[in-house]
Amino acid sequence: MATITPDILTAHNVTADEYSKILSILGREPNLTELGIFSVMWSEHCSYKSSRVHLKKLPTRSKHVLLGPGENAGIIDIGDGLGVAFKIESHNHPSYIEPFQGAATGVGGILRDIFTMGARPIAVLDSLRFGPLDDPKTGARNRRIVEGVVSGISHYGNCFGVPTVGGECVFDKSYSGNPLVNVFALGVIEKEKIFLGQAHGVGNPVIYVGAKTGRDGIHGATMASDEFTEESKQKRPNVQMGDPFLEKLLLEACLEVMETGAVVGIQDMGAAGLTCSTCEMGSRAGTGIEIDLAKVPQRESGMTPYEIMLSESQERMLLVAIKGREQEVFDVFEKWGLDAAEIGIVTDTGMLVVKNHGEVVAHIPNRELADEAPLYTRPYTKPARKAPMEAPAFASADLKADLIRLLRSGDMCSKRWIYEQYDYMVRTNTLYGPGGDAAVVRVKGTDTAVAISLDGNGRYCSLDPREGAKLAVAEACRNISTVGAQPLAATNNLNFGNPQKPEIMAQLVEAIEGMADACLHFETPITGGNVSLYNETLGEGIHPTPVMGIVGVLKVGKPTPIEFQSEGKTVLLLGGFRDSTLTHFGGTQYANVIVGGPWGLPPALDMDYEKRVHGAIRKIVNSGLAESAHDLSDGGLAVALAEASFGGIGASITLPPADRPEIQLFHEAPSRVLISAENVPEIKAIADEFQVEVVELGSTQTGKLVIAGRIDASIEELREPWSTSLERMLHA
Amino acid sequence: MVAWRKVKFGVVVFPGSNCDHDAQFSVTANLGERAEMLWHRDNAIPNDIDAVILPGGFSYGDYLRCGAIAKFSPIIDAVKSFAAKGGLVIGICNGFQILTECHLLPGALVRNANLRYICKPVALRVETTNTPFTNQAAKGQTLTFPIAHGEGRFTADDATLDELEAEDRVVFRYLDNPNGSLRDIAGICNKERNVLGLMPHPERATDPLMGSTDGLTVFRSIASAFATK
Repeated sequence: MATITPDILTAHNVTADEYSKILSILGREPNLTELGIFSVMWSEHCSYKSSRVHLKKLPTRSKHVLLGPGENAGIIDIGDGLGVAFKIESHNHPSYIEPFQGAATGVGGILRDIFTMGARPIAVLDSLRFGPLDDPKTGARNRRIVEGVVSGISHYGNCFGVPTVGGECVFDKSYSGNPLVNVFALGVIEKEKIFLGQAHGVGNPVIYVGAKTGRDGIHGATMASDEFTEESKQKRPNVQMGDPFLEKLLLEACLEVMETGAVVGIQDMGAAGLTCSTCEMGSRAGTGIEIDLAKVPQRESGMTPYEIMLSESQERMLLVAIKGREQEVFDVFEKWGLDAAEIGIVTDTGMLVVKNHGEVVAHIPNRELADEAPLYTRPYTKPARKAPMEAPAFASADLKADLIRLLRSGDMCSKRWIYEQYDYMVRTNTLYGPGGDAAVVRVKGTDTAVAISLDGNGRYCSLDPREGAKLAVAEACRNISTVGAQPLAATNNLNFGNPQKPEIMAQLVEAIEGMADACLHFETPITGGNVSLYNETLGEGIHPTPVMGIVGVLKVGKPTPIEFQSEGKTVLLLGGFRDSTLTHFGGTQYANVIVGGPWGLPPALDMDYEKRVHGAIRKIVNSGLAESAHDLSDGGLAVALAEASFGGIGASITLPPADRPEIQLFHEAPSRVLISAENVPEIKAIADEFQVEVVELGSTQTGKLVIAGRIDASIEELREPWSTSLERMLHA
Repeated sequence: MVAWRKVKFGVVVFPGSNCDHDAQFSVTANLGERAEMLWHRDNAIPNDIDAVILPGGFSYGDYLRCGAIAKFSPIIDAVKSFAAKGGLVIGICNGFQILTECHLLPGALVRNANLRYICKPVALRVETTNTPFTNQAAKGQTLTFPIAHGEGRFTADDATLDELEAEDRVVFRYLDNPNGSLRDIAGICNKERNVLGLMPHPERATDPLMGSTDGLTVFRSIASAFATK
């Protein structure tokens, strides 16, 4: 047996304390395979050891939640005997090292999480963050990463046959050495046919299905739990290779085999591969699992037990079948041309017993391995922040030029170049695809549609992680409400730096607490999610970036567009102007792009008021009163007016006098929605009912956007830079 | 009124087809006709099938060349005999790629000129109504169908292109060519006019909620081809 040296422990990212815990669990020294197994299960990526203490603060229940955190995905009830399973997951580290495969396998991983429960995926959305495309030093690399990530997502999702219906894409220099690729997937499931990753039934066969195991992705989970250094490129072999066609076969075969009734439990092999799926399925059921690696289908010869247990080869699943009905399972997989091999059985010992040609190579208690990872209450101080509180002196020279610069900027320009590479229509359910406030996907066979929005704002969070996280929840719920849906539940992706630094840990803690407050307030419990820490390169951390994925439901129908539809309609601002101080202006896109900020604090949020605005806009939209509705976010009122004009109908707007017109036009106070409508009295009545302000701004007109005394522009002057900017920056 | 009988479509399912359900849904729920799924390992088309749809997707992964492996599948032999007997065959997107690979249609579909996958609605001009797939359209009429493909640039040698035009076999042209297809060609038919291949997706334009019902024209034409028989 190999002796475990301090060097080996370092190579596995296992601390001295963690090693002594391993010794006490085993009552002896582990061999190298066992150490490898512990190291991946206890990695930050798999065990949430730094965040779990705080994640417990998040609300997770409501009458709509059928299944909360802990399984492969959360599930909520949408009526008609159906539920939707959804989750968001990051693939940040692999996407930096190998953008195409990193992003592709990110899509593959989250899709398996969904269909392993018995749900057919019907929508994917992506939240992407990259370094600036025009940065003289890092721009060329950032552009390559964007091209790679987008084509990776396109390659995988399009071939698999799931529509990529929306998302967000943000640029900031804090993501230059550490892009964020967060992928959300949602599937439809029959409530009575939910499958769990549990290995019940002593004596039942454990069956391996899908792709053969290779050497790819070994220690991917450990890699995702470490910072990047100059040597990171050497980790390229840690990135897995994706095969979307195989995943499509696996989807069809899994859903078909579940129909046979011969399956007891099933789990995908994602991070930590065979290790994670065996011990988690055993642990959840309180059983043991015994497998023989010689029976695992292998792509390469001469693989060691260590390599087989730690491989993260994609498109693989582990299932437990009812003893005596194995053949039904094999028949389905044979039909789809996939490997299926009985590799072991469920036992009553509670132990994970791994053999190789009959010889025991690992012998570890399942529960301790899966659930007793060290829990760290890491010290935290005050959140790190670099920005000053004081605003610099600035004054706009030309408001129209400012607006055009904002529309052309990476964050606000059209993302058409990205989303046209995604098949956003396959399965013909997409009622509202990319480019709207929220994506809307119908559920065939019902009159229910699902609305989904992904939102995060790293810049706000860098100024105040608590308020920034609340604002992300508020915006996602506002987006959902603006398309007429009721927000029901959420999934979160927490992207942060190194939690061993107390000022970074403080960002994580405050963001989780802010999110907990907001999710409670907006009644969107968190049903699962993902934590991605150590997003640092050479000691430089990313903006704290919690990303929210919020899901709501509405009745199927023609969605209300964001663009003005016809001339002569009244333009209204639901929620009112809302003020902003100079300090709260410091987080805006204007401060960032035009003035060179940020500074101060994110916009101020009044959660009670915000929730009343959600109620009002939902009622207005669902009563058919609004011809268009668009929530205000990045770039404030002026950018929302421009975006609403891009269909060709603009507006003539009169605003009250203002000392600082740039603040009036571009501040990003939440709780506001831009509407165009004919029946103003009814809208006012609904606003009154919800006790929110509504202001008449002017009326719609063809071809021009005029904001009296401030901006006078033809729509084409605004639309052209907005629609072509991303492509121009990418191909500079 | 013409005596109307329900037409039955056969939708071929390759393991990597992903528009098979959309095709089925559009001709049943949206058009009101019948459909049956045909598995790629089947070696005959059932007798009661009137028209076969080769749907979009990635047949066998298409890592080699789109449709290059599909042409060896048992169902393709069956589709060939079905077509030889005059049966109507429509290949959409990946189905068009397969039809060129198995030489039921001439030419080839290669990577889009911009080397990227493109998904968006595009406007098409109906170039001929002398096919069972466009008999309900007007010549020159504009129809809007979505495209969703990475390899949709139609290419063939000049002689073939001239022949297609001379024989009135260019069925659809792009108004604003999205992928670099030669002579803006979006869809063609065979000499006998019973096999149509097109890159745009008519089945995605059969429901007002999806933004367009222009695709119904194609499927109604097929249905009416049988109603008048």
